[in-house]
Amino acid sequence: MTDSNTLSHLDLETPEKPFLDANELVINMGPQHPATHGVLRVILRLDGEKVLGLECVIGYLHRGVEKIGEHRTYTMFNPYVDRMDYVAAVSNGLGYCETVEKLLFVEAPPRAQHVRVILTELNRIASHQLWLGTHALDIGAITPLFYTFRDREEILKIYEKYCGARLTTHAFRIGGLQYETYAGFEKDVSNFLQFFRPKIDEYEELLTTNRIWVERTRNVGAISAEDCIALGVSGPVLRASGVKWDLRKAQPYANYKNFDFEIPTGQNGDTYDRYLVRIAEMRQSVRIIEQAVGALPEGPIMAKVPKVMKPAAGEVYHSIEAPKGELGYFIVSDGSTQPYRMRVRPPSFVNLQALEIMCRGQLVADVIAVIGTLDIVLGEVDR
Amino acid sequence: MIAKFRGTYGSGFAPLTYAGQNYMVVDRSLIPDTLRVLRNEEEFDYCVDITAVHYPKREKQFDVVWVLYSFARNERIRVTTQIMDGESLPSSVSIWSGANWLEREVYDMFGINFDGHPDMKRILLPDGWKGHPLRKDYGILQQDNEWVQINLGIESGQ
Repeated sequence: MTDSNTLSHLDLETPEKPFLDANELVINMGPQHPATHGVLRVILRLDGEKVLGLECVIGYLHRGVEKIGEHRTYTMFNPYVDRMDYVAAVSNGLGYCETVEKLLFVEAPPRAQHVRVILTELNRIASHQLWLGTHALDIGAITPLFYTFRDREEILKIYEKYCGARLTTHAFRIGGLQYETYAGFEKDVSNFLQFFRPKIDEYEELLTTNRIWVERTRNVGAISAEDCIALGVSGPVLRASGVKWDLRKAQPYANYKNFDFEIPTGQNGDTYDRYLVRIAEMRQSVRIIEQAVGALPEGPIMAKVPKVMKPAAGEVYHSIEAPKGELGYFIVSDGSTQPYRMRVRPPSFVNLQALEIMCRGQLVADVIAVIGTLDIVLGEVDR
Repeated sequence: MIAKFRGTYGSGFAPLTYAGQNYMVVDRSLIPDTLRVLRNEEEFDYCVDITAVHYPKREKQFDVVWVLYSFARNERIRVTTQIMDGESLPSSVSIWSGANWLEREVYDMFGINFDGHPDMKRILLPDGWKGHPLRKDYGILQQDNEWVQINLGIESGQ
């Protein structure tokens, strides 16, 4: 093979030699690219249209969230966590509040736990809807985007009525909830469930047996369960590879152990299976919310938490099943009002590492499909 | 497991519990062995996180923390070791391939080197950046002004 920097000149004397050398081509994708879901830069090494390898360049959205956490009190840092995975802000808040509660040795009262589960599961649906809409758009189906955003709006309306915010909600407080549910909250949630259940079938009608969708997703970006575990991949990506593991079941937090639901899994670990798993997860979330809203207990919504929080010196790691995977917080307290060390273990960051394995040997157009199927949010990757 | 570890490593190993969570403080020299045994013999096959904590007043300035999980046992454990500034650690990429980016982030944020890492470079900050922002002596408003001026063409990012 010739040097990749010099073009081989046309050799007319020996026509049996290939007209063009099969040189590797290195191209740059992003960071300003509509299909990278934010500012992700990927350096692709190509042989024709085949991907030989790739390297991710990240950090464009790095804001130093962990450093900020060390300079704010526990209460002040609470709204910051919403800005990491901004399409699943409620999940981020749940993970953070529960970790600090563990440090303080308090537990939120049952009513607060129930409302937390309802809002978090609604958020899982909203996050999956946003993923489905943009993922399908990347692959070339425009309609699902309108369907999912139309329905996601109903969830955002519930958030808006509950706490005034739609996206970065800051819905939970350390020790429970700031706000009691508004009059008609349960009715709104039940109405949404009734409205939403047939909508999932609608999404499936558009895609599940759609020939173009199946061709573009089946056997694309497949990853084995062993590779997933070695890479630390979690969430729907891991489950689509056949590992039946969900933190809500494996190490129940909040009060998930009171609810009856299943963990959907796939077999092939390809883009199509990941699509099916997330669709099935939306149905399971509907099931959980239905049970939670039907048995909403009365009682206080806030545990006894000191106004000035000074957790005893110690360290705690706590993680929850966010829509994207295992979202963990590792907080070291030195007994003062501010965390000594605030570490966020973001699922998107760790899952993005699998992009290389999933894309190797695929076509360049499939890279878009694989980035979409990983469901990354760059605000969380870079923090 | 704990009895086995104590039998093998003696005083270099201390099992601790806080808020119902198990972690162990292990001597720096025992780290390669401990991680390998945890992965291969105790089935901790999922490396959840690798991170560090900076204590500038201590002689051994850094705590490096591995958060591990075992699917088979449904159990989580943390391994902590203390190292001095400038001291490096063996990379665990050969044990868990997912450790790659996590170790790079520790290097980026704290300046701790991992020997044998396939691609030890910064991950979130640009390559030419000076300083490691999660060290306690790095101010919250501090930045690499020289880098900002050369690469962004502005006086300051503040």
